[in-house]
Amino acid sequence: METKVPRARRSKTAAALRELKKAPWSAWFGLIVLLGYTFVALFAPLIAPSKESEIVGDSYMEWSALYPFGTDQLGRDMLSRMIFAAQNSMGIALAATMFSFLTGGILGIMASILRGWFDQAVSRFIDALMAIPSLIFALMMLSILGSTAINLIIVIGVVDATRVFRLTRAVSMNVVSLDFVEAARLRGEKLPWVVFREIVPNILPPLITEFGLRYCFVFLTISSLSFLGLGLQPPTADWGLMVKENATLITYGDITPLLPAGAIALLTVAINFVVDWFLHKTSGLRDGQ
Amino acid sequence: MHPLARTILQRLGLGLMTLFIVSIVIFSMVSWLPGDFAKAILGQAATEETVAAFQKEIGLDKPPVQRYVEWVGNVVQGEFGSSFASRVGYKRTVAELIAPRLANTLFLASLTAAIAVPLALALGILAALYRNSLFDRIVNSVTLTTISMPEFFMAYLLMLFLSVKLSWLPGLASVDAETELLERITRCALPTLTLTLVIVAHMMRMTRAAIINLLACPYIEMARLKGMSKSRVILRHALPNAWAPIVNVVAFNLAYLVVGVVVVEAVFTYPGIGQLMVDAVTARDIPVVQACALIFAATYIMLNLTADIISIATNPRLLHPR
Repeated sequence: METKVPRARRSKTAAALRELKKAPWSAWFGLIVLLGYTFVALFAPLIAPSKESEIVGDSYMEWSALYPFGTDQLGRDMLSRMIFAAQNSMGIALAATMFSFLTGGILGIMASILRGWFDQAVSRFIDALMAIPSLIFALMMLSILGSTAINLIIVIGVVDATRVFRLTRAVSMNVVSLDFVEAARLRGEKLPWVVFREIVPNILPPLITEFGLRYCFVFLTISSLSFLGLGLQPPTADWGLMVKENATLITYGDITPLLPAGAIALLTVAINFVVDWFLHKTSGLRDGQ
Repeated sequence: MHPLARTILQRLGLGLMTLFIVSIVIFSMVSWLPGDFAKAILGQAATEETVAAFQKEIGLDKPPVQRYVEWVGNVVQGEFGSSFASRVGYKRTVAELIAPRLANTLFLASLTAAIAVPLALALGILAALYRNSLFDRIVNSVTLTTISMPEFFMAYLLMLFLSVKLSWLPGLASVDAETELLERITRCALPTLTLTLVIVAHMMRMTRAAIINLLACPYIEMARLKGMSKSRVILRHALPNAWAPIVNVVAFNLAYLVVGVVVVEAVFTYPGIGQLMVDAVTARDIPVVQACALIFAATYIMLNLTADIISIATNPRLLHPR
């Protein structure tokens, strides 16, 4: 029996590899870009030539060998700031998405298990919150709380948790009513056991896909907020903020401000390509086929 | 009662209910303010008395229910109170701040909608009809790319090429009350183009999915097998059932426009309500933020409600009850 377990695992990885080989070029492109970004974000301090907010020269210096993308409005190295921004922007978006999946997921599972008034109360409240456009809701909350990194994570997390709640509740409703859950409960298992051993493993696949999409969305929202000057605050490096800070260069035909904007676009395109392929593979949901 | 009328009334009631809850959420914002908020607005030099006077002015000394009723009563009459920024000598009401900017935003939004909706529907239907053709694949990858980009990236790209490099169009969309219509349209060209690109992508993809879904139905296949012409199948058999999804798609994207407008206005410094809201959030001018949020939310709810009602009203099964 013991020898069978690793063999089963190996065949799974082999299947995954075979699947990867058949993946379209768009998925490959997405995966490679994603890996590259993650690498840069993780090792930002080692890669960047200068410090995050170190002033290295005059403001708005031209592209040169020393400063490949020139300097920004305060004379900080653009390239280094782009690299640090990968860490900041991607990190905050990841924290916010995880926060939203934690709160939205827990509430969704609770609602599907407890049903009754709890489900009704939470669902109606969340319906009302979803009637407010998410960017507007985030702007509203930030005007009260002020924009700090922590507040940003909480506000975006809460706004996004409404969507996560909807999905989690819907998928886990289907699982909760199945016989093996009933059996586990009759067996006298405690609630946490039922949730983590019976329900969560069964609702995980759609939630993982959703995580990719939500991450993309959260990342774009935070970038937009930063661009509007309401997200991450200077001197923190953030792609959206860097576009805002250097936007005047555009009117002189200089493309430097488009670099951070392009970094955002490239990442979101990559994630979308990967998720698109994943959706196509797992469920055929796309195109309603 | 006719079942159609009953459903529509139900939806209207539900919409009002949502608006009511949303107004409570927006209203309660003031009560969630941190304790030192008055100090933050009035500056560190504020004395105890000025803080108390300020709190009295925004009504924090009255019970919440009474405040809510008064607030809603005023809002219904178009009276949103006065801006926090107005206290230094002269008074500026929120209404007079918002009115001209709301008109500007509505102009931009309707200009975009007038171009984007027909274009997206046509592209979506064509892509669905010639599914998996080269045209379909090109349109699909282009739209997937434009959807994934942040609005401001697209906006600056267009600005760089069309305005700075080629100088075809003005790069900044500064308009005021005196700007003439033709001039206004030229200045709005770039923001309109940006919004159109974003929305067409969404709308076209959703239209395509809705039509493909429909074309897979057995009754469409039946009509085809009977030997009907392609156009007759589309117009007589598919379209009556397609209205509901299409209207939903349009409403969803017009609602999306409501949000997209905030960023695009900021890029082109267009004096619209989105820009006003961003400025108000930066200055933490709560009455203005509340008013803008309420307007945005109400528009959003109304669009969704209209879509709901139209899709019910065009449902062939409900139109001819037994």
